[in-house]
Amino acid sequence: MEYVVITFLCLGILLYFLLGGADFGAGIIELFTSVKNRSKTRKTMYQAIGPVWEANHMWLIIAIVILFVGFPNIYTTMSVYLHIPLLIMLIGIIARGTAFVFRHYDAVKDNMQEVYNKIFVYSSFITPLFLGIIAGSVISGHIDTEANDFLSAYIFGWFNWFSIAVGLFTVALCGFLAAIYLIGETQDAHDKRRFIKKAELMNVAAVIFGAMVFIAAQRDQIPLVDWVFKNTIGLSAIILASLSLILLWYLLIKGKTKVLRILAGFQVTMILLAISYAHFPNFIRLKNGNAISLFEAVGPEKTIYSLGLALLLGSILILPFLGYLFYKFQKKEE
Amino acid sequence: MDDFLAARSQMALSLGFHIIFSCIGMVMPFFMAVSHYKWLKTNDEVYKNLTKAWSKGVAIFFATGAVSGTMLSFELGLLWPKFMEHAGPIFGMPFSLEGTAFFIEAIALGFFLYGWNKLNKWFHWFTGMVVGVSGLASGILVVAANAWMNSPAGFDFVNGKYLNIDPIQAMFNKAWFSQALHMCLAAFTATGFAVAGVHALMILRNKNKEFHLKAFKIAAIFACIGALLQPLSGDISAKDVAQRQPAKLAAMEALYKTEKPAPLLIGGIVNEKDKTVKGAIKIPGALSFLAHGDFKAEVKGLDKIPENEHPPVAITHYAFQIMVGIGTLLMLVSLIYFFILLRKKPLLDKRWVLKLFVLAIPLGYIALEAGWVVTEVGRQPWIIYGIMLTKDAVTPMPGIAYSFYIFTAIYVSLSIIVTFLLYRQIKMVPYVYDQLKSSNKLN
Repeated sequence: MEYVVITFLCLGILLYFLLGGADFGAGIIELFTSVKNRSKTRKTMYQAIGPVWEANHMWLIIAIVILFVGFPNIYTTMSVYLHIPLLIMLIGIIARGTAFVFRHYDAVKDNMQEVYNKIFVYSSFITPLFLGIIAGSVISGHIDTEANDFLSAYIFGWFNWFSIAVGLFTVALCGFLAAIYLIGETQDAHDKRRFIKKAELMNVAAVIFGAMVFIAAQRDQIPLVDWVFKNTIGLSAIILASLSLILLWYLLIKGKTKVLRILAGFQVTMILLAISYAHFPNFIRLKNGNAISLFEAVGPEKTIYSLGLALLLGSILILPFLGYLFYKFQKKEE
Repeated sequence: MDDFLAARSQMALSLGFHIIFSCIGMVMPFFMAVSHYKWLKTNDEVYKNLTKAWSKGVAIFFATGAVSGTMLSFELGLLWPKFMEHAGPIFGMPFSLEGTAFFIEAIALGFFLYGWNKLNKWFHWFTGMVVGVSGLASGILVVAANAWMNSPAGFDFVNGKYLNIDPIQAMFNKAWFSQALHMCLAAFTATGFAVAGVHALMILRNKNKEFHLKAFKIAAIFACIGALLQPLSGDISAKDVAQRQPAKLAAMEALYKTEKPAPLLIGGIVNEKDKTVKGAIKIPGALSFLAHGDFKAEVKGLDKIPENEHPPVAITHYAFQIMVGIGTLLMLVSLIYFFILLRKKPLLDKRWVLKLFVLAIPLGYIALEAGWVVTEVGRQPWIIYGIMLTKDAVTPMPGIAYSFYIFTAIYVSLSIIVTFLLYRQIKMVPYVYDQLKSSNKLN
């Protein structure tokens, strides 16, 4: 059963990255859209993510519940030593979700709209940045559970080149996912071109920040190169991602939208796989060289059994319903 | 501010805020579903507009409730890591089920809000119902997790170790039913009175009477049924607490000395230093009856409980008085309302009744919050009753006070914005829903 639970955990993180990420990305796109195009972008975006955004963010809840029920040690270590970035991320989530709803449901459209917009776009940037920072910190090996002073215990665990580079990389990926997603959501040829351009831009940004992640890893003495290139799975994932990148650019220039989404999702999945495969099942790497592994941190048997059962049952209920939601609100072509 | 106090205050603030928002998000869908049903059955446009108007409220509150709930699932760890380390695997079952219910609720809400003119009308109605039912299920599950903290079950505590963990048994702990029942009724009562009150106010101001009267009637009936059933559930809870947590019951009633029979104290000023209560009305034997169903039974006082395990008595006592006082008041309002309904008097003539409902707008929520203060403060100094002390669970990270200030600022501003939004929604009713009969322009 623990494999079921771990699968769901990975699935939750992956789907949150893809769907929630595209969702954050929509705000990032809005942030980097010229003022004259903003209201149009906003409208397309609202139609695209309005019905699904809350469901997209449920994946985070699923992942976090799995962590605290099934792997309490991992959850509490993160909560204690990554308190500050988690807090900032939470504030981002609150600000973003509420601003998004408020701006749509304010019965009077006046200056308040600008306030909501500002909060929305900036928190759309900050939240994935800190999500990335948290993800980077977990594998960076900078978390120091033996530290005695405030700075090394609660700050340097996440405030380092590597984590921040991963944060920026995450932001670029989110923007990229969103741009690809939005291309298929608009009928307007001009809009389509704009989103294609955004996707290209974000893709370039992702490649640059991706390179920065490697440089930062080198600087912070993190064996990222070994993880990615010294095992077949990591290597093939990276090769597949790179190959599909060529195909993606070709399709982007051609303006083919349907395959693009799958391809973009595939790339991000491959990137996550490449980074995480080498040290699976280790979840948190610590400064003293130890690591907290999923298999060691796993909760008592009965807990995992009932958690796995709940997840299986839940997915029987959730997935068809969710699939229908996406289907119903995405069929634009007819 | 010291870190422990800051952590407790931040948790209280976050929960206090989340409770109100999630209750509204949990109950309003049912009002909506009734109105929606009436629209489908009668084709009366007013009901359609009412459903849409309410659904906007639901959207606002659901989003706020969802993000504050997401926050809480992290805050549990951020503030109480030691608690979560041990409790997570034991009381996690309701949380994992709640995750499912919550997910379904979010999906259904997506269908409902964006499904006008796009879905089969009965499927559309059904998705609205699903929002309500899964919201209610989420509420019950979360309360079951809280009940476990009051009534730990599903494990053996041996030499500081948590062994033989059984999450199912933990979920169905002794307190889950009484707490969940009390909470659900409270949610319906408080939300019902708040919604009915706002619409009553608009009727009194002679605005869109037809619209607001229909809204008022739907909300009021839920509120009044809830308020009338609540004392029964309160009685179940009282007997339950007397048996499981005598310290909490003693604090609720500021019963410093064990007495047989024990009197019920109404009001009074508690002096925690001298362990006395001044100026309370005493009803002899009534506490014995409430706690044990027997006017002559002995009720354990705080003297039977070690001093270092005493909950804060004054806060618990006052909160309990507020809860029961308001509950009684709302029950009386409900009786008056049913009396008028039975005599088939037109409601619009009885302006004083509408005024009563206006006065009751905040009361339900005040009682609800007071009730949570009783449960949570009354459990102190324990975080897991009898097993783990709250002060042993707090995070080692210093500077929690700052995070408390930030959270206070966020919650205060969110409350202001939400109130402001609702005010604007209600103010716009005449423009959006009444004069403009062409309701397709809405979306």
